Amino acid sequence: MATITRRIFLKRFSWTGLLLWALRIGVLVIVLWGSISTLASGRYSASTWLALLIAGLAQGSIYALIALGYSLVYGILLMINFAHGEVFMAGIFTSVFLAEALEESGFLARHPFLTIGALLLLSMAVSTTVALLLERIAYRPLRNAPRLVPLITAIGASFFLQYAFRGFFGSGFKVYPEFGRMMGQWNIFGANIQVVQVAVFLAALVMMAGLYWFVERTKTGKSMRAVSEDKEIAALMGIDVNRVIVITFAIGGMLAGAAGVLRGVYQPQGISFFMGFVPGLKAFTAAVLGGIGNIPGAMLGGLFLGVFEGIGPNLILQGLGIPAANQLKDVIAIVMLVIVLIFRPQGLLGERLAEEKA
Amino acid sequence: MHRKTFALVGLLVIAAMTLSACGATATDEPPAVDQPTDAPAVEEPTDVPVVEEFVCTDDLGCLDIAPDDPIHIGWMLPITGGASIYGESAIGTMEIAIEERGGQLLGHDILLTGEETGCGAEGGATAAQRIAADPTIVGVIGTTCSSAMTAAMSTISGAGLTIISPSNTSPALTDPGQTWEPGYFRTAHNDLFQGAMAAQFAYDELGARTAAAIHDGDPYTQGLAAAFTDNFAKLGGTVTSTEAVNKGDLDMRPVLTTIAVDSPDVLFFPVFQPEGDFIVAQSVEVPGLEDTILFAADGLLVSPFAPSAGEAALGMYLSGPNVTGSKQAALMDAYVAMHGALPPGPFGEHAYDGINILMDAMEAVAVVDADGTVHIGRQALRDAVEATSGFDGVTGVLDCGPKELQPGVEYRGDCATGEALAVFKVNAEWIASEDVFEVGVHPPFVWAP
Repeated sequence: MATITRRIFLKRFSWTGLLLWALRIGVLVIVLWGSISTLASGRYSASTWLALLIAGLAQGSIYALIALGYSLVYGILLMINFAHGEVFMAGIFTSVFLAEALEESGFLARHPFLTIGALLLLSMAVSTTVALLLERIAYRPLRNAPRLVPLITAIGASFFLQYAFRGFFGSGFKVYPEFGRMMGQWNIFGANIQVVQVAVFLAALVMMAGLYWFVERTKTGKSMRAVSEDKEIAALMGIDVNRVIVITFAIGGMLAGAAGVLRGVYQPQGISFFMGFVPGLKAFTAAVLGGIGNIPGAMLGGLFLGVFEGIGPNLILQGLGIPAANQLKDVIAIVMLVIVLIFRPQGLLGERLAEEKA
Repeated sequence: MHRKTFALVGLLVIAAMTLSACGATATDEPPAVDQPTDAPAVEEPTDVPVVEEFVCTDDLGCLDIAPDDPIHIGWMLPITGGASIYGESAIGTMEIAIEERGGQLLGHDILLTGEETGCGAEGGATAAQRIAADPTIVGVIGTTCSSAMTAAMSTISGAGLTIISPSNTSPALTDPGQTWEPGYFRTAHNDLFQGAMAAQFAYDELGARTAAAIHDGDPYTQGLAAAFTDNFAKLGGTVTSTEAVNKGDLDMRPVLTTIAVDSPDVLFFPVFQPEGDFIVAQSVEVPGLEDTILFAADGLLVSPFAPSAGEAALGMYLSGPNVTGSKQAALMDAYVAMHGALPPGPFGEHAYDGINILMDAMEAVAVVDADGTVHIGRQALRDAVEATSGFDGVTGVLDCGPKELQPGVEYRGDCATGEALAVFKVNAEWIASEDVFEVGVHPPFVWAP
């Protein structure tokens, strides 16, 4: 297939192809020009870049954990669960109350790690429950409906969850305990590295490795892969498709719940009913960036996005002389997505057999 | 559907959602909250001219209020989301102002209803359309956020309404060359006053010679940051950088890193929660900002801010409205008596003055028929509000006429004269306040010009 396409491309000159190439080269030139002029100005030291890189990795690993939820569900059901950001919010919002109680009783000061463990358990349990209820109530009845229908339902479910939480817990901002300050900071090559950033990154890596092992090495993981290949054939082979779908939603919910606690540990402020919206969009972007439906792709996409958001405005835009460059952080993220899709329409690690699947 | 088409639809959806997210936290919904007031003793107005055959000669037309109909005042305020504390405070004080008149104006009951605006452009535009579509509304109190007002301005002005904002402070809103349109007034200070005061405090009192500013793209924060940097430079200081973040950003380290390169003496960031909380909490992690004094504005002069930002907020400064005096104390007592606690945020006093100016103007221009029908000319109402001068309000003496606040620019609709402003300093007590919604706790007063 690929060779045929190439032969056609070589034989026939196409204006669209030329335009795409010009666009690719243009984008590369702008990015390189901006980066080089920033670096040449010497405004930032190497240790600054290192600090920003590590902060970006920590932020990116939170995106990645949420992105996995999008990607897993897409891989199996070919639907985008837009309410996943709210699954993330549900876990962290609920765990704030436990955190407050433990802080007040003094348990947190004595056993900070046990506290984080307890918060993780609660947050994951709540997020998983919400994800399962979503699947059962909002998506399962529509499983055979046209594909835009569950997408709209997902947006509706997202609003429902947001405003249900506002109704229960109010619209104010809540705060997580300051775990990050307790962990302190390291000084590496003159850069101040927050220990919490490294911890968040490692915790996310461990979880993602666990997920990869689960999907690749266990029997349930194998049935998940089978259902993602072809639901009907998998059912004929004796796989309980409903059970696999439920497990997929549960895993996505667990990861989102864990991401919630990591977000709270890393950025304790601003926990509100609306907090899932922006990270949800970013994680969806990360999932598409990495190749939606692909597990390592979601991880890579999340990390990529986090790092680009952290470094991009300072590196690329300042060199181009754009004032107040950090305001354009989201623009950088979306432009990155568009660029990756221009170069690789299937995402960083996406598969080529997409057409047959869809 | 093919995957490519689907990806395209997906992208469109993100684009749409990102755009709509640019506004603020809770910008959508909800249904209007009706707050009918009780109707106690009827008092016949005596000093109002009574005409037999009323003929409307007003350029913008007249509102005719039948004998049994209420006089309808609308509000456009945020009652959900981060800015809801302002809306709640404003509604609470307006209810006091109405109760003080026995719930009646010109022999009619006063009906106070409103529309949710959130703190963003979409909410402001939607609320404006709903208010403008209601032919019974005589005047409006709102909005809280300048961004909402910017979007609402044309609709409200075009509908012939008079609107008085208790807390818009963006300079552009009263500049006829920019956003201002007839019918718009405000009792809150123009940020040109606050920016000048903040710059003077930073330069003279703190001895700062270099400063940086961060805004979040909102007309209020942008206008105030610009007023600060302009005045700071005018005083002889150096502005090292003016940066910006987005509403909804979590990680402020990149923007703080950009600023930290120059290690400015003062960092002025007139933003809201939660972005302000992130800036304060993360500033301690960025090398180069150790000696930088943090300075924010009234967006963070709210009781939940300091407990949320934590220890890092200790010793930082906040500028904002400083309403004091016996009238303010009396209003706060009335507020506690009526609502059980102090208002959760600032600018309630401004809403109280605003609705009183509006009601006084209605009384001044109304024509009452023998059967009790009230006629209010829309243009006449605007003229009467603009003619308000020497109004002895809770927030000081107000004067709604045109003012030349900058050389060659005549600002319209600014009622406040900028006297009720001060700088506060965050102390340990404010950070430790247990219940974040334990209200009315202001940090200690430090300085006023």
